[in-house]
Amino acid sequence: MSQRLHVGSALPTRTYQVTRGDLVRYAGASGDLNPIHWSDRIASDVGLPGVIAHGMLTMAFAGQAITDWLGDPAAVEEYGVRFSRPVVVPDDDTGTEVTVDGVVKKDLDDGRLQVDLTVRSGGVKVLGQARAIVRTG
Amino acid sequence: MPLDTSFAGRTLASEVSYEVGREKIREFADAIGDPHSAYRDPEAAKALGHRDVIAPPTFPVVFTFAAARPLLAEMGIVPSRIVHGDQRFRYTRPIHPGDVLTCMVSVENIRSLAGNDMVVLRTDVTADEGDHVVTTWSTLVVR
Repeated sequence: MSQRLHVGSALPTRTYQVTRGDLVRYAGASGDLNPIHWSDRIASDVGLPGVIAHGMLTMAFAGQAITDWLGDPAAVEEYGVRFSRPVVVPDDDTGTEVTVDGVVKKDLDDGRLQVDLTVRSGGVKVLGQARAIVRTG
Repeated sequence: MPLDTSFAGRTLASEVSYEVGREKIREFADAIGDPHSAYRDPEAAKALGHRDVIAPPTFPVVFTFAAARPLLAEMGIVPSRIVHGDQRFRYTRPIHPGDVLTCMVSVENIRSLAGNDMVVLRTDVTADEGDHVVTTWSTLVVR
């Protein structure tokens, strides 16, 4: 697979559905019980438009787009994102969608590549500077 | 109320180490909706060159946030007022079941921006033998 990766290579677009139920499950599994991820009352009290997804869940979705493409998740040496816009999750059966696109931005010349990600929800970019350094050798 | 910037540079070693469980890795992978076999099946992980199953890249949140909690409480930061600003992981090796991990949390920076306080926490995670596993950086925005 590494033979095919070069600057400009694009990851396949991935779409993830996230519902309130997913937020509850992530809260339990991660231990992040911050009520802005399950209480509309507290979310609006702190000025949010409603219950929002854990940034780390959105980051995990974007990470999955990279690890599926690489095959070996441990090939991700470095992975960072900025949570630029909240992913608001309505209290209904379908929730909202997170879409992940990515492109190889740089060849770091030592068998490592920089992959830049574009992550959107509701047509809006929700992560900034989403970037991974991956080993391909 | 602005945060006390004298906390910059403060470090805190986790009081208890975190032992990584095989089922915790599976539970976390389920919670992020990731069906990758390397998180569940030792044979699949071995085929990729690993000694056992591995944890997803964002798994350290399970124990690093808990390790930072006493420090945040001491700084007077209420969890519901925290919004996660950014996050970064730098790995030396993947996390496996049975790893006994210790966190050293440092307050790398505190600053105010547009009326919000921002705290940058760095967490160095080492395994029982003292070898480096992963370092995480989290910027927390306190609203």
